Amino acid sequence: MSQNTAASTLPRAAGLNAWLAGSLRRALGSRLAATLSFPHGVDRYLEQFDPSWSLHEVRAEVVGVRHLTTDSVTLSLKPNANWRGFVPGQYVRLTVEINGVRRTRCYSPANSAHARDGLIELTAKAHANGFVSRHLREQLRPGTVVTLSQAEGQFALPEWRPERVLLISGGSGITPVMSMLRTLCDEGHKGRITFLHYSNKATDLIYADELAQLAARHPNVQLLRAFAEPGQGGELEGLFSRAQLAQAVPDYAQAQTFLCGPPGMMKAVQAVFAAEALEARLHLEHFTAAPVVVDSAGAEGEVRFARSERLARNSGATLLDQAEAAGLKPESGCRMGICHACTCRKTAGKVRDTRTGQISDGEEDIQICVSVPVGTVTLEI
Amino acid sequence: MSNYNKLTPAQFESIGKEFDAIRNRVLADLGERDANYIRTLVKRQRQLEVGGRIMLMIPPAWPLGVAALGASKIIDNMEIGHNVMHGQYDWMNDPALNSKNFDWDTADTAKNWKHTHNFEHHTYTNVLNKDHDIGYGLLRMSEQQKWEPRFLANVPLAVILHTFFQHFVAVQNLKLEDVLVYKTKTRAQLKEDFKPVWKKMRKQLAKDYVLFPVLAGPLAPLVFVGNVAANLARNVWACAVIFNGHFPEEVEQYPESVIENETRGQWYVRQLLGSANFSGGKLMHIMSGNLSFQIEHHLFPDLPAHRYQEISPEVKAICEKYGLPYNTGSFFRQTLSTWTRIVKLSLPSRRKPSTPVAVAAAAPAVVELPLAA
Repeated sequence: MSQNTAASTLPRAAGLNAWLAGSLRRALGSRLAATLSFPHGVDRYLEQFDPSWSLHEVRAEVVGVRHLTTDSVTLSLKPNANWRGFVPGQYVRLTVEINGVRRTRCYSPANSAHARDGLIELTAKAHANGFVSRHLREQLRPGTVVTLSQAEGQFALPEWRPERVLLISGGSGITPVMSMLRTLCDEGHKGRITFLHYSNKATDLIYADELAQLAARHPNVQLLRAFAEPGQGGELEGLFSRAQLAQAVPDYAQAQTFLCGPPGMMKAVQAVFAAEALEARLHLEHFTAAPVVVDSAGAEGEVRFARSERLARNSGATLLDQAEAAGLKPESGCRMGICHACTCRKTAGKVRDTRTGQISDGEEDIQICVSVPVGTVTLEI
Repeated sequence: MSNYNKLTPAQFESIGKEFDAIRNRVLADLGERDANYIRTLVKRQRQLEVGGRIMLMIPPAWPLGVAALGASKIIDNMEIGHNVMHGQYDWMNDPALNSKNFDWDTADTAKNWKHTHNFEHHTYTNVLNKDHDIGYGLLRMSEQQKWEPRFLANVPLAVILHTFFQHFVAVQNLKLEDVLVYKTKTRAQLKEDFKPVWKKMRKQLAKDYVLFPVLAGPLAPLVFVGNVAANLARNVWACAVIFNGHFPEEVEQYPESVIENETRGQWYVRQLLGSANFSGGKLMHIMSGNLSFQIEHHLFPDLPAHRYQEISPEVKAICEKYGLPYNTGSFFRQTLSTWTRIVKLSLPSRRKPSTPVAVAAAAPAVVELPLAA
């Protein structure tokens, strides 16, 4: 049960080429090259030759765009040599440019960690007001070069694979657990794996065909499709409940459970596991943040965007939302307090962290996507 | 009487609204076109730089190499560096084109420059004692600046400033005159402030005058001289462009009192009257970082500079409407006018100037200045 590494997933060049590439890389990464290319740095010259060339950044070329369901898009990305691989369950920050503006969102690779083609597979569900996911679905073309972060996140398949695995997902939360399932199947995992997925109807189920094939090919894989709407032909019907879990997966208490899905479903599963003191066996990723509680009635004061000389009446929304409502485009990413892309300097005022309710005061760096102003706040935006 | 003093509070307010409307309209329209524009320029600059450095090592191509490297440095500093560090492209969220991260191919640190330029110069444009760009602590560029005997050397010092512009700008934030002339700053303070400046300067000097020449082996002297020439070309050009933007004779300057309780409209008018454009073709605009539209730049310092030409007819129309001058002329005319000021101010002023300094005579709607003979 070895842990995969990026090197094993990337195609190996022949000896001489590899040596040349290695020497060139060392030369370009040397202090001399840094001084000669000062102050812009070697990468700023390399990218002029080919947008995927970089010494430090992970850039990837879109090599495939598929639509497994009507409202989703599945991208195949070919990363450059800087990609260090990922552990199933982790996510990457994907940056794409839309009308001149770079936008970043988090997605979990859904591919097996052992995929031979070295490609990263990201699947996004296009929400009605999902600006970036809609772009990915409707506009992104093969050949486009996008920027990725290295894989991040604690939600990951443990290096020593658990014997009994229960994967629970809902909606587009399927991607990280799909990666876990594919990886375990590739490894010839002997223990039992239950894949329990919730969606509204059969046509919403991304990876439907592949899941069916995997379950047919691997007798230790049990596929439980739960559809909220009746008559969809799934193994289960309705929403998650303790009774349903106990009936469908009687030994769930013995399994290591990995969970990813919409906030309501995550909460329901967490409550069941907490009631039976099974939290240590439940691993989860808050991939979609619980909706921020906005108390617009009690909002007072104003938000001062110092650098752009804008002033807005505090609406009670997060500072990121308020900045965008004021026509600004601050850097942002996950919009749920994970990626720190939106971190900026608050020079005055108090903010409340939407995750913890904690209030902090004075000059500090804050994540504006999870900060709501309490009274007047001044930001260096 | 200065043009600034001719406006009523109501006029200031409506001018402010009209300029705000232009700004908001352009901001709402920013997108792929602007991104492509700046990326294309970055690409051209990198091509000129790499090509120039290679040609400097090939003797027959040496003159071309100097031209290419000089052009590369000018584009890097003017149309890319100056404008990116103004935050004109921050909305793109591209770390390579963000004012927080960008650094330019010149001796000045990005951080110091953003303080003296973006903050001091652009907030307090042409306000004496506040805008250090008035003479850079070296020259007498305003009648309101008290005459001192050292200003007899205004002309040779201006030549020296043009020649070593990158290093003067690099030390601008140190306010050397406060140590050397006015003794309001200690040498210990100066030493502390100089540390980050020296760090940047050192790297620039090492790159241009040691490493690239050494790489050329026996041709080292040729490459060394080529770098000197390219840096000199950039220095003189950048300094001339900047001087033409604020020092032609009709440009107004202000006492500190003007900024007390200044309204947005008043700020706009001060920027307008404190700046001057010069005419030219597309190449002239690119090589000057579109500071050939210095007026538009001072009204809207964080709008992408290639937009200035597009909005200039509207700015001109607003000037006409309110009887304000729109100071423009050929590059040569503006340079001549600037040097006339440098010469005149090397001697004590004959009369006390009014407040703010009244320069433009009766208000012609738009001052379209004739070409100098």
